[in-house]
Amino acid sequence: MLHRFANPTRFLRLANAVLPWATSLTVILIGAGLYFAFGASPADYQQGETVRIMYVHVPSAWMAMFAYAFIAVASAVGLIWKHPVAHVCALAAAPIGACFTVICLTTGSLWGKPMWGTWWVWDARLTSVLVLFFLYLGFIALANAFDDAARGEKASAILALVGAVNLPIIKFSVDWWNTLHQPASVTKIGMPAVHSSMLIPLLLMAVGFTMLFVVLVIVRARAELADRRINALRSARIHAETAQSGA
Amino acid sequence: MTRKRRRLTVVFLGGLMLSTAAALVLTAFEDSIVFFHTPTDIATKQDLQKDRRLRVGGIVKEESWRKKDDGLTHDFLVTDLTHEIRVAYKGIIPDLFREGQGVVVEGRLLPDGTFRADEVLAKHDENYMPKEVAEALKKSGKWKGSAVTGTPDGDKPYGDKPYGGKSYGGQKESAQ
Repeated sequence: MLHRFANPTRFLRLANAVLPWATSLTVILIGAGLYFAFGASPADYQQGETVRIMYVHVPSAWMAMFAYAFIAVASAVGLIWKHPVAHVCALAAAPIGACFTVICLTTGSLWGKPMWGTWWVWDARLTSVLVLFFLYLGFIALANAFDDAARGEKASAILALVGAVNLPIIKFSVDWWNTLHQPASVTKIGMPAVHSSMLIPLLLMAVGFTMLFVVLVIVRARAELADRRINALRSARIHAETAQSGA
Repeated sequence: MTRKRRRLTVVFLGGLMLSTAAALVLTAFEDSIVFFHTPTDIATKQDLQKDRRLRVGGIVKEESWRKKDDGLTHDFLVTDLTHEIRVAYKGIIPDLFREGQGVVVEGRLLPDGTFRADEVLAKHDENYMPKEVAEALKKSGKWKGSAVTGTPDGDKPYGDKPYGGKSYGGQKESAQ
């Protein structure tokens, strides 16, 4: 099945078909999510209005991890099966994931000051998410550090796979160690820890952010493929010209 | 073995070794990774009682919070429902600081067993609900874990993080 999309042309055809749907879903879901998050949902019994930060913070935290998992899987596929589109997708997703991580860290900090009484602490959850941000930066830097793009792809793919060990650490940090950060609410087994009037806008935002991620990855992957095509055409022309003048 | 197969094996084995290494490192450094110690840790682990900065976390015990008239000097008990520790603090406390709520204090343990804190952080639990729902739950008696009433009924009162797991009735006053 994967082999079908290893071909850039086929990938582009599918991506172009998905794009309008994903774009409209993004607009509708995030629009509805923001309406509920900032208007129609109630204030929290403990946090008051500050709870509204959660509707941006939690989905971006999920997306920060999801984007990294996506990059790791794409890198593994690229390394093992040498599919050219896999690395393009990984490269396209990296800055998007890094942005979600920054949003997560910033909104968390803004929430932490009034609620915990501090902008930042070095507990296991916060520190592991900061490490995730540096992994994104390292991945982007390494992918662009070589003159030969193929070597950059390989090196950054290995880094992405090594860094994937951080994902379970982020997820379970709040269960394995004492942290200031609260444990998971939505995935808690048993009684839901988030009331439905707050859970629905949260899930709308989460699905909306996922669609946004799909849209941005498609747009960036398309640009990257076009860029490679231009480079290939250009170097082919230079080759032809030098061959001509040399003759 | 094809080349693809070999690459797959290398990636798989590499991941396996890396996860093992990470697990060993994290286990070895567990004491430094924890953000705070519980009052039970303080009471039972000898090396924590030496004169050094540390953080203690637990629940602010119901009806233990005393505030002086200057509005800055606070005195309260932090409990994990097994042991408790008296905390003295001078400064501004965060909005979420409440009796029955989680708290993390940073400072030093004095020889007389009280803890002099120079920083107090409120710990939020994982429950989110509107005020009306919280009140309705309390009225119907289905309230689990009580940030407001302070009557945990034993069924995981403070979420998934066990602070000793015993009810208020059976606690020891040993950290006094």
